[in-house]
Amino acid sequence: MKFTRRDVIRTTAGVAAGALGSRFVGSSAFAQEGLTYKPEDGAKLRMLRWSPFVQGDEDQWLANTKRFTEATGVEVRVDKESWEDIRPKAAVAANVGSGPDLMLVWFDDPHQYPDKLHDVTELGEYLGTKYGGWHDGPKQYATREGKFLGLPLATIGNAIVYRESWVKEAGFSEFPKDTASFLELCKALQAKGHPAGFTHGHGVGDGNNYAHWLLWSHGGQMVDESGKVTINSPETLKAIEYAQELYKTFIPGTESWLDVNNNRAFLAGELSVIANGISVYNTAKTNKDNDPKLTEIAKDMRTTSLPIGPIGKSVELFQVTTAVIFDYTPYPNAAKAYLQFMFEEQQMAEWITSSAGYCCQTLKAFDNNPVWTADPNNAAYAKASATLRPNGYAGPLGYASAATMADYVLVDMFAKAVTGQATPQEAMEEAEKRANRYYRV
Amino acid sequence: MLPAAALLLVFLTYPLGLGIWLGFTDARIGRPGIFIGIENYQYLSDDAVFWLSVFNTLLYTISASILKFALGLWLALILNQNLPFKSFFRAIVLLPWVVPTVLSAIAFWWIYDSQFSILSWALMEMGLIDHRINFLGDPENARASVIAANVWRGIPFVAITLLAGLQTIPQSLYEAATLDGASRWQLFRFVTLPLLTPIIAITMTFSVLFTFTDFQLIYVLTRGGPVNATHLMATLSFQRGISGGQLGEGAAIAVAMIPFLLAAILFSYFGLQRRKWQQGGGD
Repeated sequence: MKFTRRDVIRTTAGVAAGALGSRFVGSSAFAQEGLTYKPEDGAKLRMLRWSPFVQGDEDQWLANTKRFTEATGVEVRVDKESWEDIRPKAAVAANVGSGPDLMLVWFDDPHQYPDKLHDVTELGEYLGTKYGGWHDGPKQYATREGKFLGLPLATIGNAIVYRESWVKEAGFSEFPKDTASFLELCKALQAKGHPAGFTHGHGVGDGNNYAHWLLWSHGGQMVDESGKVTINSPETLKAIEYAQELYKTFIPGTESWLDVNNNRAFLAGELSVIANGISVYNTAKTNKDNDPKLTEIAKDMRTTSLPIGPIGKSVELFQVTTAVIFDYTPYPNAAKAYLQFMFEEQQMAEWITSSAGYCCQTLKAFDNNPVWTADPNNAAYAKASATLRPNGYAGPLGYASAATMADYVLVDMFAKAVTGQATPQEAMEEAEKRANRYYRV
Repeated sequence: MLPAAALLLVFLTYPLGLGIWLGFTDARIGRPGIFIGIENYQYLSDDAVFWLSVFNTLLYTISASILKFALGLWLALILNQNLPFKSFFRAIVLLPWVVPTVLSAIAFWWIYDSQFSILSWALMEMGLIDHRINFLGDPENARASVIAANVWRGIPFVAITLLAGLQTIPQSLYEAATLDGASRWQLFRFVTLPLLTPIIAITMTFSVLFTFTDFQLIYVLTRGGPVNATHLMATLSFQRGISGGQLGEGAAIAVAMIPFLLAAILFSYFGLQRRKWQQGGGD
């Protein structure tokens, strides 16, 4: 059955009318169908989320939260942390059994402490059924053995961000779609004094996104379906050799880059091509300081998906964030009611719109959100949830996949080879050894 | 006595004991784990990144401590003289110590930025270099850069503590030695240094401990990169234990720091503090 946005709105409105008599009467924003959580008496919630990269995301999240409080009387305190600090905070909360009731965590986090999370299967299935189903990738991060450990909230897409005029100046009328032509473009750009730059440092998002694209686009994988480490392979070797060639076209210093370096250098006009979330484009477009140089850069910026490698299809990691409820919360019903409210049509649609392309929907019913066509540059991020490949592909998500990523095994493998600290073969063997420690061979 | 013992038990013995215990388990985030003996240590003994972090930690600690001592002592000796605006200068010297580590680390992050480094810019403007220095991208440069940042931050502690020690040395000893015809070097060698040694021992013990366990500076500047060239044992312990969820292994790395720390303390205690000449005898 095809599920359009119009259907969602119609259904939601109908349910809202039918909700008369419930405690949420009069709140069209709290329209529900067949599932109602009654918050515990005196319930108060504390939620920890990541600091916004696009201000509209946080503003709308808080506005939706306010609506929830008005509709239910449940107060929700929303705290924020730098996104890279969420993982340690969540780990500590899970381990000591105290902290925020809800959290927006990253990547494999829910699989690291599944026993400490409140089962939200009922809610996950309800939302999936109502909104056209979950996109498979984000769902994998949020589910384990058929149970929802949390609700997949959003995928933060990663795409090529480039300067159109410089690409044309380098002799390319359009941005290359395959890795071979992409390398030629980067060489030409460097020759023109406009190098590219991709993170080879310990950048949690950018470093991992780039490394996984390099590997997967060439057919390599960290492990096979059974979790056996298969990184030492001819495909990986090809990926490393490709990375070595590409690295020669980079601006110096990318080995030390963390997550913000590429944005900053790009917006300063130092770079022609980076891979990033749409936040870098939004920063230029918003241009709070009315900097004419930034206005010029924003006009010249274009986005597109990362090039397709020898395997012939687009494969990328992206960052997935999942909303989890910790089992220690004294108010599980209030927490579920809150998440339900935030995922319902009105709130979710507005939040995706306000996030300006930064947060990609995980529920298929929101695929046609107007934000994806509001600006041509948003389009590259529209299908992030539909196309992503989970960490630790092709193996299962779990402790091993999370630890392997957290220890930068893949990022280091490429960095070591491209900087000449190891031969491609040595780099692969070391990565294999390190990964085996986590996959316990 | 009882409150003090309770405090020690709760805040020192228990966390230390728990850390040691966790190092012998396969504990993960959210899972207590079971006793696995020395398996974590066996894994670590065969782990190149762990040994690299040990090397980095020793290099970082030894280099930074020596530099902090030399520069701190030099600064203390200068500040101990009758300078105009003495209090002002002492306050200025304390600044790097007062600024929160994370803030100073962010400042150094900018200073070392591969594209926007003010150092590179200044050297290029002066015509001394023709391209930007890759401070944090090259392994050797990155190690030197983080050591320099740590030295900048740690000098005030050494300088001010030694200055306090210098001020306890009676002026009459200098006067007597001067009357005996002692040179400036002899004054330093035979009056200042012996009387300052107990303070040096304490100061350097703390300085070594702070440096050995440094975390924030590395975490902000490099996250242990490039290719683990600046990973210290503390940052690796955090990365494996918390970010990676391998609590047992993270704890084992932290526990592996204890012998080094104990060695530093014992060296200070037996090697410096209890020298006979400090109690009036010869060595």
